[in-house]
Amino acid sequence: MKYIDEFRDGKLARALARTIAREVRPGKSYRLMEFCGGHTHAISRYGLEDLLPEQVRMIHGPGCPVCVLPIGRTDSAIELALKPGVTLCTYADTLRVPASDRLSLFKAKAQGADVRMVYSSSDALRIAQEEPGREIVFFAIGFETTTPPTAVVIKQAAALGLTNFSVFCNHVLTPPAMVHLMELSAAGGVDSVEIDGFVGPSHVSTIIGSRPYEDFADHYRKPVVIAGFEPLDVMQSILMLVRQINDGRHEVENQFIRAVTRDGNQKAQRLTDEVFELRANFDWRGLGEVPDSALKIRDEYALFDAERRFGIEYRKVPDPKACECAAILRGQKHPSDCKVFGNACTPDQPIGSCMVSSEGACAAYFTYGRFRSIKRT
Amino acid sequence: MTKPGSYQRPIDFKHGKVDLTHGSGGRAMAQLIEDLFVANFDNDLLREQNDGACFSVPPGGRMVMATDSHVVSPLFFPGGDIGCLAVHGTVNDVAMAGGRPLYLAASFILEEGFPLAELKRIVESMARAAKEAGVPVVTGDTKVVEQGKGDGVFITTTGVGIVPDGVNVSAGNIRPGDKILVSGMLGDHGVAIMSLRENLSFDTTIESDTAALHGLTAAMLDAVPGIHALRDPTRGGLAAVMNEFAQQSGVGIVLQEDALPVRPQVEAACELLGLDPLYVANEGKLVAVCTAGDAERLLAVMRLHPQGRDAAIIGEVIDDPHGFVQMETSFGGRRMVDWLTGEQLPRIC
Repeated sequence: MKYIDEFRDGKLARALARTIAREVRPGKSYRLMEFCGGHTHAISRYGLEDLLPEQVRMIHGPGCPVCVLPIGRTDSAIELALKPGVTLCTYADTLRVPASDRLSLFKAKAQGADVRMVYSSSDALRIAQEEPGREIVFFAIGFETTTPPTAVVIKQAAALGLTNFSVFCNHVLTPPAMVHLMELSAAGGVDSVEIDGFVGPSHVSTIIGSRPYEDFADHYRKPVVIAGFEPLDVMQSILMLVRQINDGRHEVENQFIRAVTRDGNQKAQRLTDEVFELRANFDWRGLGEVPDSALKIRDEYALFDAERRFGIEYRKVPDPKACECAAILRGQKHPSDCKVFGNACTPDQPIGSCMVSSEGACAAYFTYGRFRSIKRT
Repeated sequence: MTKPGSYQRPIDFKHGKVDLTHGSGGRAMAQLIEDLFVANFDNDLLREQNDGACFSVPPGGRMVMATDSHVVSPLFFPGGDIGCLAVHGTVNDVAMAGGRPLYLAASFILEEGFPLAELKRIVESMARAAKEAGVPVVTGDTKVVEQGKGDGVFITTTGVGIVPDGVNVSAGNIRPGDKILVSGMLGDHGVAIMSLRENLSFDTTIESDTAALHGLTAAMLDAVPGIHALRDPTRGGLAAVMNEFAQQSGVGIVLQEDALPVRPQVEAACELLGLDPLYVANEGKLVAVCTAGDAERLLAVMRLHPQGRDAAIIGEVIDDPHGFVQMETSFGGRRMVDWLTGEQLPRIC
């Protein structure tokens, strides 16, 4: 397939693998965090770990929107969906996320909630137009990539004068999460994790550009290489990171030049800015309260804000005791370190959110890589 | 057709709709059976119109029986409809046991208000498929449910057939060292159905591969009577069949990604929708497992048959107490091919 096969070429991959193996220095470790779940998925699906030398260790980051959503937020979505007259439109990924009382949106649907799976925010808007008698709520989740489309439908709903459409906004931001991870490490203690470099976000960076990582790289002295989601992109980025680490550099480099510029998509940024503003605080699963790390709907669009429309109050709910999602999202633990991984917690019966989305570290490892941990024992 | 004077009015197959009388056991039901089902399926056993069909069985071999319910949405899709699918589905289940299908039974659950024109189209397609397959529908049943209690039409078909002496096809026969073959391009049916779903709708030239495969299996068993296992990768796609095989025979499987036959259009649609062709349904493909020594001969026979033109050897069976299905990726790494989680796409067959 054109424009796809070029980035999945096994021969090129093996050549890159040989170069990486040649350039890593004996005794030196290369602990690289891929921030995005998209990268985690690519690494597992294409078996990249088989191509990397032992010194290069990939650490899965928190860049999976479904994974970092705290239970309290899913509880609110379920509460909304169970209200008579309300239709909750959601991306498929959130359907099976475990919430309180052994519920999930999927189980709420079986209890009679009107939950509909949509492929885009505009599907939700269309449903609102087609069904004026129902309250349509779009359950908006995701990083900077999915935020502009949510902004667009809010603006469209305002222009159309729709009175039955609102958005339950859970959009979060990447750079503050990266900073938070580094701060946790700088503080030492149980929450710290050793990282030598970052495989930077792919689609997020098409929107925000590479500039927002510059201060981060400089301040924390960690190299960042923005990488595409195809397996060759990841391999090439790993090589670029290995070279930076060898040279003692900590720059922001852009491997994904075919889509990412330094300033990103400014039209999308303006749209986001028009509709959303920073939330003072947002509770992330795994990272806890992170200041200025999420968005809320501006007052001008308050009519379309489901939190205000339905008076949603966030309630913090602790993760299940056995679940290691939090430590896995911080990069401290590997999925196979979790006691319930693969036995009590599977993609069919998930306990933690990392086992749900295909971008979640546990789901990716369970689906594509668990034969490796059997080999180890 | 309606004999003059025997019923009040002919059925309006142009504008009429199914109503509750069509399933109530009265005159309207008898008329529907005669004018639609008997007229189209048209065979001696059905014309006797008894509650069951009596037939003699050829000597030798073992009998095989299979049943399959069809609830596909939409009812009509590129390359087929629920009618031909209902014939192919059950014929293939009999064929995958190594059997030669003989007869079918068909049971219809109709929803009140369903257009008779569409029902006629479905029954005609079903009759055509049965005739092409050489497997007549010899008995059946019709029920009507109130509006809102069904979704147009559901069809259950049951088939019987004969497995010749000397043929023993079962997943339990699979052994380490065996080769795995597939009869052609993967994922066509699922992608054809997806292209019509209301919230996905995209244009594609892909048609469902729905087809009866007993001709192909007969040719294969003729050449290699010792085929270890056969299965058609419908819901859950190739991945589901591989995991069933691994679990049922306590072995591991290693597939070669480079060897998997997938059309570029199917690959592109899957790429766009975030699906994996390994998990997408097929309705006219089969997977065969045989000894390494038989593999090349079996492949050659398959490729000579029109339904096996694109056949390929895609992997092998290994010794693995964990029963993992793995794949050597084109990229050079190795990954698992696990069971499908949840539903990739509901009601595809």
